[in-house]
Amino acid sequence: MSGLWRNPTARLWVGVAIAAVVLFVVAPGTLSVFRLNLLAKFLCLAMVAVGIGLAWGRGGMLTLGQGVFFGLGGYMMAMHLKLADAGPGGVPDFMSLYGDGTVPGWWEPFRSPVFTIVAIVVLPTLIAALLGLAVFTRRVRGAYFAILSQALAAAFAILLIGQQKVTGGTNGLNGFQGFFGFALSDPANKQMLYFIAAGTLLVMVLLVRLLYRSRYGELLVAVRDQENRVRFLGYNPALVKAAAFAVAACFASIGGALFVPIVGIISPADVGVVPSIVFLVGVAIGGRATLLGPVLGAIAVSWAESSLSESFPSFWTYFQGGLFIVVVAFLPGGLASLGQVWRKRRAVEAPPDDEADDPAAVVAEPEPSTSGRSA
Amino acid sequence: MRVLPEPRSPDLLRSSPAKGTPLTRTSTRALALTAALATTVGLAGCGAKTDASAGSSGSAAATGSSCVDTSGDSIKIGFLNSLSGTMAISEQTVRDSLDMAADEINAAGGVMGKQLKVVAEDGASEPTVFAEKAEKLITSDCVAAVFGGWTSSSRKAMLPVFESNDALLFYPVQYEGLEASKNIFYTGATTNQQIIPAMDYLKEQGKKKVFLVGSDYVFPRTANKEIDAYAKANGIEIVGEEYAPLGHTDFSTIVNKLKGSGADAVFNTLNGDSNVAFFKEYKNAGLKADSLPVVSVSIAEEEVGGIGVDNVEGQLTAWNYYETVDSPENKKFVADFKAKYGDDRVTSDPMEAAYTSLYLWKGMVEKAKSFAVPDIQAAAGGVSFDAPEGKVTVNGENHHIAKTALIGKIAKDGLIYTEWKSDGPIEPDPFLKGYDWAAGLS
Repeated sequence: MSGLWRNPTARLWVGVAIAAVVLFVVAPGTLSVFRLNLLAKFLCLAMVAVGIGLAWGRGGMLTLGQGVFFGLGGYMMAMHLKLADAGPGGVPDFMSLYGDGTVPGWWEPFRSPVFTIVAIVVLPTLIAALLGLAVFTRRVRGAYFAILSQALAAAFAILLIGQQKVTGGTNGLNGFQGFFGFALSDPANKQMLYFIAAGTLLVMVLLVRLLYRSRYGELLVAVRDQENRVRFLGYNPALVKAAAFAVAACFASIGGALFVPIVGIISPADVGVVPSIVFLVGVAIGGRATLLGPVLGAIAVSWAESSLSESFPSFWTYFQGGLFIVVVAFLPGGLASLGQVWRKRRAVEAPPDDEADDPAAVVAEPEPSTSGRSA
Repeated sequence: MRVLPEPRSPDLLRSSPAKGTPLTRTSTRALALTAALATTVGLAGCGAKTDASAGSSGSAAATGSSCVDTSGDSIKIGFLNSLSGTMAISEQTVRDSLDMAADEINAAGGVMGKQLKVVAEDGASEPTVFAEKAEKLITSDCVAAVFGGWTSSSRKAMLPVFESNDALLFYPVQYEGLEASKNIFYTGATTNQQIIPAMDYLKEQGKKKVFLVGSDYVFPRTANKEIDAYAKANGIEIVGEEYAPLGHTDFSTIVNKLKGSGADAVFNTLNGDSNVAFFKEYKNAGLKADSLPVVSVSIAEEEVGGIGVDNVEGQLTAWNYYETVDSPENKKFVADFKAKYGDDRVTSDPMEAAYTSLYLWKGMVEKAKSFAVPDIQAAAGGVSFDAPEGKVTVNGENHHIAKTALIGKIAKDGLIYTEWKSDGPIEPDPFLKGYDWAAGLS
């Protein structure tokens, strides 16, 4: 058995198989429509976390503004759904209530489903790439980059609130009837949305694993740890970082886009400073430098938040605070580092085996069984 | 001294070459397989198309049949208010009065002989959480009705949930109107029961130039749009319209503009802490309530203490209930509330509207002799209750309630005293259909 664990290819397949069984068989089979929809929402948040894991955990970019890209994807999807509900040539309800009853020109292209999907994937990626290049070539990093990204999130939320006539203001966009022609109120369609979210997340995780294991992944870690040395070696760290930032933005945007039909609303409260920080919390608790840590952390934190607040509606926030303190104080590497901590303990007692020959792989790969336990 | 190796050498940084290629290939295959799997499963699970139900999209949206259990000697209801986050301070007061109403009803024998069993949830001041918890209350807890919500965004987020599950929400806060859902009962004021009477009052007082100041969100912007239309039709000039972001605390620019505008009244739709900063600045600028009164629609007894009585003494408010309303029902309500929660607590309009909403639901259930949503909807019209604010009656068509408008003045003791009241309860008109000047609004 331990021979199987040592073989990375086998581990990958076992991991994928376990995740697929849990996501596509166990969860739909055991959860009610409501709980499954809730899990779908958490999966969307986990998509953002995967991106943050790449940008922050691997690339060292503390991005406090993923809400912007989450919101871009979410709002673009919401605009399409609103226009689709209004029918060809129709005007979304809130525009006639709060605005002058005409659809602004920049909304029009979002009538097309194809344009919307392409825009959700391409636009935030492009924005992040350009922004990343501009910022990273000026060698802005660390806290300065964090502050910049956070300011962006704040500005984005304020912009959305101020433009009530075209964005719905603080109410955001809501009240969707259909999703590309499927009625959202039908439980079968809710399940379909869950499957789409689960499949997308799985693809994202595999993509990120591909990146981690590639030369690019190693370069990214090198930039995180010794940016100047990488520069001396003739690489352009700005390009390396901007690429990770762009991928993270793309994942956040797709997460946001799927969040909208699943939750039924996107508003400035989902894209501003606070939600942007909340995205980080799950990643930090799960273990930002690992492959599965961010995903499992995001899902676990959201799940705990939801179920704790159901059981203790008036003081669940204390539990949440307590968990943060425990993780930050005793497990700075996140819950995914639990195994590592334990292994280290054991290593001190017993003579070290061949485990230490590839430390990077240990950090990157938590026990595959973790994926099955809480996904 | 050769420190720098050859730049961009292909093998650079390739610390574990043995693992590179085969892994990449497997991952790609796994990726393709997963994508295919996801697509197949996704497509297999398709449900109804929107076209199929397009003919009856609004009414036939309800798919899940109600799971409310009416067989036992108790009935579940849901309270959904923010107990954490920025709105907690306001919404906790509503929760308190809802709890009191439930206790009272239970002590008096319950609803149709069934004791109320409250399922409490925290909306956490986030619209998405409100939507999530509403769905949970309806589908997992199977409550007969849900009471709560405060901000417009929380209501807008919950509305589709209640419509698609065909459940009932009782919403207790005054709001911007332009909405009517058969699944929501609005027990706070709509604009023609609060904003328009306030403008009527200013007009009666001979005010000709009004300055508008508000927080930047849906309620102030919509209210001001209506005030604008009212002013145009009534010979009042709007001499300024300013918005501050929620939580904004620097009002020197806005108060300077106000001072220079020549206004003889201010209509204030600011929310929360912004009021403290605004009224302090207003006072610093030497402005006086006698010459330039401010009418506020978001300051109730609860907020007066927070802003500081000194800052707002003599200013006007527009609501449908004050703690000082002189009626036997209100005396009992205030006394009971203070007995339960402490003498230092005050009662306010949203609290009273929430308290009333539970009794109105009780009235509807007893009239319908059923807890089923369609029966309650059919029976709702004409149900009335002698509320602390006076008699209120449910409008069966738009599910709002007829309420008396009260313009009040804030006194030294922190309470608000009625200065002017409308001639009896005003019929709710959320879309302002009965006002010619409002024709272009919606």
